[in-house]
Amino acid sequence: MNKSPLALAPGHETRGQLAPHMLSSHSGSIEPSSRGHLAAHGLCKQYRKGQVSIPVLGGVDLEVAAGEFLSIIGQSGSGKSTLLHLLGTLDQPDRGEVHFRGLRIDNLSVRRRDAIRNKQIGMIFQFYHLLPELSALENVMAPLMIAEGPWRYFRNRRLHLERAHRLLDTVGLGHRLKHKPRELSGGEMQRAAIARALVAEPEVLLADEPTGNLDSATGEEILRILRTLNEQQNLTIVMVTHDRAIAAQADRTVRLARGLVEVV
Amino acid sequence: MYKILLCWRYLRTRYIALASITSVMLGVATMIVVNSVMEGFTAEMQNRIHGILSDVVFESHSMEGFPDPEAHMARIREVAGKYIAGMTPTVVIPGLLMYDVQGRARTQQISFIGVDEKTHGQVSDFSRYLQHPENRKQLSFELREDGYDSVDHQGDEKSQPRERMDYAGWKYRRLKARFEQQTRPVPPASQAVVAQPADSAEPPEIIEHEGWQYRREERLETPAANPDEVAEKATNPFERLNAKSTRFNPETETHTGIVMGIALASFRARDGSDRFLIVPGDDVKITVPTAGMPPKPASDTFTVVDFYESKMSEYDANFIFLPIRKLQEMRGMYDPQTLVGHATSIQIKLHNDADGPVVRDLIQAAFPPEQYGVQTWRDKQGPLLAAVHLETAILNVLLFMIIAVAGFGILAIFYMIVVEKTRDIGILKSLGAHSSGIMGIFLTYGLSLGLVGSGVGLVLGLVFVANINAIADALAWLTGQQVFDPSIYYFQKIPTIVEPFTVTWIVAGAIMIAIVASILPARRAARLHPVEALRYE
Repeated sequence: MNKSPLALAPGHETRGQLAPHMLSSHSGSIEPSSRGHLAAHGLCKQYRKGQVSIPVLGGVDLEVAAGEFLSIIGQSGSGKSTLLHLLGTLDQPDRGEVHFRGLRIDNLSVRRRDAIRNKQIGMIFQFYHLLPELSALENVMAPLMIAEGPWRYFRNRRLHLERAHRLLDTVGLGHRLKHKPRELSGGEMQRAAIARALVAEPEVLLADEPTGNLDSATGEEILRILRTLNEQQNLTIVMVTHDRAIAAQADRTVRLARGLVEVV
Repeated sequence: MYKILLCWRYLRTRYIALASITSVMLGVATMIVVNSVMEGFTAEMQNRIHGILSDVVFESHSMEGFPDPEAHMARIREVAGKYIAGMTPTVVIPGLLMYDVQGRARTQQISFIGVDEKTHGQVSDFSRYLQHPENRKQLSFELREDGYDSVDHQGDEKSQPRERMDYAGWKYRRLKARFEQQTRPVPPASQAVVAQPADSAEPPEIIEHEGWQYRREERLETPAANPDEVAEKATNPFERLNAKSTRFNPETETHTGIVMGIALASFRARDGSDRFLIVPGDDVKITVPTAGMPPKPASDTFTVVDFYESKMSEYDANFIFLPIRKLQEMRGMYDPQTLVGHATSIQIKLHNDADGPVVRDLIQAAFPPEQYGVQTWRDKQGPLLAAVHLETAILNVLLFMIIAVAGFGILAIFYMIVVEKTRDIGILKSLGAHSSGIMGIFLTYGLSLGLVGSGVGLVLGLVFVANINAIADALAWLTGQQVFDPSIYYFQKIPTIVEPFTVTWIVAGAIMIAIVASILPARRAARLHPVEALRYE
């Protein structure tokens, strides 16, 4: 809890008791583990609009190893975001399964899936999705507030504040703690969003076009942060983008087209 | 935790929601004011009704009354003795009151109540309302020398002084008698014969007061005790009353004393001051129907010895109290052999913890209902109390409707806020917030708005009630219209009672409405699909 996320020695295990295969995987590994850390098997999803149903995903198989930085590229409307939502249990597939640490998670109860999103899978979005009423610091602490009731929160407040503070420092936002999202620039908002996604010390970060709304220089900075997190903390990252140049910075890239995953 | 924080932030940043609960606030304030005033009126009225009526009234259905009230009282004591604190027989009879105002006869239809001056004070708070301080201690039908209240002892700083009452009592009677002797050497035939000629060693000075003219005498004599009167007291009281002095001298003698309702003798001017037509010391004529079939009118002259002011105009303008013996004698309501008077009713005072209706039923069971009726004071004023009750209930229903309408306002505005916050709800869900938590935000929001609205309304209402008379005055000054006309209500002030139970109930109701109105929007918020909510722009 008192460890600074970015100040860790490479390879240091920060995520507590993880599956044994994780220990053997090293950062930058390209070969996916046979039992992926996060895995999708035959995911199907279609949206219904009146009588017409639009298939989005037609049986996606995907395995992400622990500590891997995977990028998924695809054109607009290819179902990248949908796939990410399914991996992050925000949505449920019509068919197929999602496994996390060897456990099937797509059919868990609503409460269990809420808890997974709260603690084990962090998410960042193209439009940052910060809460406009809260300051940067409060936004970062939001997952902790959601996890804990008022009493426990107030008991642990000091620790939470320290942690949020440190995280904001590491993403380079230590000087803008009290600012509301509308007073921040796009890059700053995305940094705050990354800090928020990491505050509960998740094992997986799902990034939905994290640079989509930023200029290339700022986008580069965000990517550098993600890379550092991946390398220094062994954070598993799945990033969705339509930009090949950005996708190329990941360990591995897959393409999503016509509802199926193709290896690039 | 996030629920509280977000709820607080939404409260701080969305003043439109506060506007939506203004109606809740106003509704709560109005309900508190209305209930306090109605409660005040009811309590005041009950107090005054109860001041004149005793707890339980035992009545004969016949105007001739029933013989031997002592025996009846003994029977009543037998069946319900342990509840009874005191009893007194009374005669209640309708009749006519006549007196001269500036030379013209004024006639009013009234109720005469013959009371036993020794025991009547024990059964009701009647004596509390009298105008002479001594009479308030012990009722007497003898005219007092002077010292009648010229300031309403039940009033407040706003009551107008009754200067006319300074010129009441024996002093006034003597002055008036002498004045009449001098200005009217030949009195009208109806008046008693003037005994002595005017003794005017020094010419009296004419003074004027409120249109009245009379002379101030430097030398005021105290009337010498009449030896005849002393002798008469020992004999049969009816004979004494019958023995009409042929040489009645208003300067030294009075007729039988009566206590009149103050509104029979005065009227209240627009400015709230009381104008008196007669005062204690004046004589009036009274006509009552005699007992027996058919009744014949029986008339006599009486001297006003005091006024009572219950501030219930219905009573103050209707009742005249006089000694029961005199009324019995006038109407022939007594047994010719035993000389025991009849009574038409018995006033019963109960112990404080006794239950009126229980005693009523006990007594009624012991007497044939064809001849006797037994009523509690509430029964007697049942329609009036019921009307006030109904009025309060209807007002409450109407005002609660206002708060309910406010509930729909809250619902609409909450719905709007939920739609506006759709994306935030999606964000919270993506961060792992449960649907119940999202619902909690909006329910807490509704609760806080309800608390704020009814809290402010509560304070507003209480402040209004506390200053209601000042506000009424300010309104009267602004509009030139008397808001609360004391000449109608006979109260100088608007009476209010804040009932904590009622206030709690109102506030709780308003908070409930705010919560109920937020349930629908909160459910909608909770059911939003996170992916769709995140996509919402």
